[in-house]
Amino acid sequence: MDAFMQFIYSGLTVGAVYALVALGFTIIYNASDVVNFAQGEFVMLGGMITVFAFDAGLPLPLAAVIAIAITAGIGVALNKLAIEPARGAPVVSLIIITIGASILIRGASQIVFDKQLHRLPAFSGDDPIHVFGATLLPQSLWVIGGAFAIFIALWLFFTRTLLGKAVLATANNRLAAQLVGINTGFVMTLSFALSAAIGALAGVLVTPITLVSYDVGVGLALKGFAAAMLGGMGNPKGALVGGLLLGLFEALTAGYISSQYKEAVAFIVILAVLFVMPQGLFGAKKTERV
Amino acid sequence: MAILEVSGLGIGFGGLRAVNDVSFSVRPGEIVSVIGPNGAGKTTLFNMISGVYVPGDGQVKLNGEDVTAMAPHLLAARGLTRTFQNLQIFQEMTVLENVVAGFHLVERPSVLSDLLSLPGARRRSAEVREKAFAFLDKVRLTGAAAEEAGNLSYGALKRLEIARALAVGPKVLLLDEPAAGCNAVETEEIDELIAELAKSGIAILLVEHDMKMVMRISNHIVVLDHGEKIAEGTPEVVSKHPDVIAAYLGTEEEPAHADG
Amino acid sequence: MSGKNKWIQLGMLAVIMLVLPAFFPSGYYYRVGALIYVNALSVLGLVVLIGYAGQISLGHAGFAGIGAYSCALAPVHLGIHPALAVLLGAAVSGVMALLIGRPILRLKGYYLAVATLGFGILVTMVLSNERGLTGGPDGMPVPDLGLRPLLRDLGLRLSGGEFWYIANAVVLLIGAWIALNLFQSATGRAMRALHGSETAARTVGIDVARYKLQAFVISAVYASVAGSLLALQNGFITPDVAGFMHSVEMVTMAVLGGVGSVLGATLGAAILTLLPQVLTVFADYEQLVLGGVMILVMIFLPLGLLPSIAARIRWRGV
Repeated sequence: MDAFMQFIYSGLTVGAVYALVALGFTIIYNASDVVNFAQGEFVMLGGMITVFAFDAGLPLPLAAVIAIAITAGIGVALNKLAIEPARGAPVVSLIIITIGASILIRGASQIVFDKQLHRLPAFSGDDPIHVFGATLLPQSLWVIGGAFAIFIALWLFFTRTLLGKAVLATANNRLAAQLVGINTGFVMTLSFALSAAIGALAGVLVTPITLVSYDVGVGLALKGFAAAMLGGMGNPKGALVGGLLLGLFEALTAGYISSQYKEAVAFIVILAVLFVMPQGLFGAKKTERV
Repeated sequence: MAILEVSGLGIGFGGLRAVNDVSFSVRPGEIVSVIGPNGAGKTTLFNMISGVYVPGDGQVKLNGEDVTAMAPHLLAARGLTRTFQNLQIFQEMTVLENVVAGFHLVERPSVLSDLLSLPGARRRSAEVREKAFAFLDKVRLTGAAAEEAGNLSYGALKRLEIARALAVGPKVLLLDEPAAGCNAVETEEIDELIAELAKSGIAILLVEHDMKMVMRISNHIVVLDHGEKIAEGTPEVVSKHPDVIAAYLGTEEEPAHADG
Repeated sequence: MSGKNKWIQLGMLAVIMLVLPAFFPSGYYYRVGALIYVNALSVLGLVVLIGYAGQISLGHAGFAGIGAYSCALAPVHLGIHPALAVLLGAAVSGVMALLIGRPILRLKGYYLAVATLGFGILVTMVLSNERGLTGGPDGMPVPDLGLRPLLRDLGLRLSGGEFWYIANAVVLLIGAWIALNLFQSATGRAMRALHGSETAARTVGIDVARYKLQAFVISAVYASVAGSLLALQNGFITPDVAGFMHSVEMVTMAVLGGVGSVLGATLGAAILTLLPQVLTVFADYEQLVLGGVMILVMIFLPLGLLPSIAARIRWRGV
């Protein structure tokens, strides 16, 4: 039972990160119909920039804020320089562009930073907490709590604020949104900035546990995508549930089946979802109109 | 003896009943038009008959065989094909290649022969090219044979779709607004083409908004409104039917040509 | 019309292959040329899948991996000649493509891309994890093809580089011939038709699912044979051959030069194969440049280099 709870905790922790990556995917997908393969790089940047800023002497909270701001800026740049110019291009082109962007960001990080693994100190210490017979790192609570806080904040933003509703309207029908006076250019910028910031924050939260290096982005992007698909592409609630479920599947597989193949879980999930229920847990079935 | 029989066909999307309990039939060589105000369910009906949508209720029979919900490529093999209101052209293929593609069932390609360009496959391709030119002639697109299809005008593409559909060798041809966007001359040409096709024995089911054309060439008309059949009969009968007039013009006004 | 086109393209390719060695500063460049041709071969498969049939795959390197490891494992464990192992690998890849293709090809766009991605990564994972069989992430040696001693006995002395340059060139020409045959054939037309409009393709009797599957299997076999040749040529193979980056490179090569044509694919393969060679001094910058190239080409030359250059030449001609 203890081992089981242990797996649950680690599953929820890593699942929270996947949920945040999935949320980032969802926001950009809703805003622009693009699947941003560079999403994982935002997490990496959040971690890496914080590490280097912190190591340079800045207090941790300030380093984190700077990292999130810079990453948000990179997200906006990604939209302006790579995605907007290719508006309306076929899916193959957009896929290559965002993969190219992720490779570019990775390549730049390799030069600007380095290829080492880096860590951050835990926010509130390393003393493990004992709950239900297993140990939980305080940082895990930061990660899981942080994820929930972000989801709630975003839910409030989208449902209670005018700007949030404008974002939803743009996601639903860009032209109609423009016609009612919504500045869709700004909404796109905001969406990318938000998505990048969320990714960066996830990176800051999880680096004390999982460490960070220039190439952690790819794996995270793929798992975040799996989570988004599991929950239903474009559904924020689905992103949360999908992420946590994926994390749990992965941890339980690692614990009970094979730790080598735990990485395969995400891909098996992707394939299973695509074959059995392509619309995901919370997605709606669509009919193609001819 | 009807070659196409539609009985009780219906479908709903979400809570909306798009088509409900529609029945009619088409005989070989007959031209049946389906008309009705916008949103009446005509294209949805077409899509159900041509296998694009799976009907919720009802039955479609082709040559006595139940083909309800059969996939379009299987329907084509049984002699039913269609054209599209919003044009589904193979953009990056040439005009000729578009029509040749229509001969797919005739060519019956074998992947191995094609990979190795075996003489049998090449011969069949050459034969089919000849036939394709014949159809391009019929719709007067021979000159554009080598052009990339995407470059042609809207009216030309409508004719190309018809040529491609003819390549299938259909016994039943569904034409989805063939004259839409065409001027008077083009409409008349399509008119004549359709009449010719019907005379050669093909059963034609037409959706069209051009009332003059419909009244001119149809043997039989089916009128839909809000997804249901509200009238059916010869052009004479239908044009005077009060429900039809009401559907198009509303009930407040007096019908445009009232008798007596 | 297309008939002439086929022989012109093959002719141009053959001429380039014959003439190129005259420009080689050293014997090393035979190996580079051989690498370009083997990459072009794997990309030809994608020309069929992406260019003709309009599908996408981010996991095709998985099939290259199957072909490569076939040549590494089969001679050792099954006692067959490496040349037969190439055929075995192609058969296994074909069957795999047939099995996973059926469900996967029901998907479109991003979903198809990610499903194929999943396949590729699963293959890589198996190759990496089964150390006992495959030597794990560090890779394993590949037995020699054994053709050079045979040729020597016949009086033909060739260096390793020269041999592989010729061998890969010949295989590429055959592969190009097959791909061009396919283009102008009824099967190829069916694939190109479903690319244009799946709905319309069905109404003329094309069984869309079947032709997508054929394109998938054919492209898998191309990737597999290319992977096998790569393994034999290098005498060594690692799981990276099946990896995501390799899949991405394959797709980029295909789209870079112009995904619809054989020559375009070869051009794309040449450029991306030469890139790391050119950047050896700046190895750290390789990813940066690759990413940049991918983005810029897709934005400014979305049809690929060859069609854009061809269009420019046509304009000047006018």
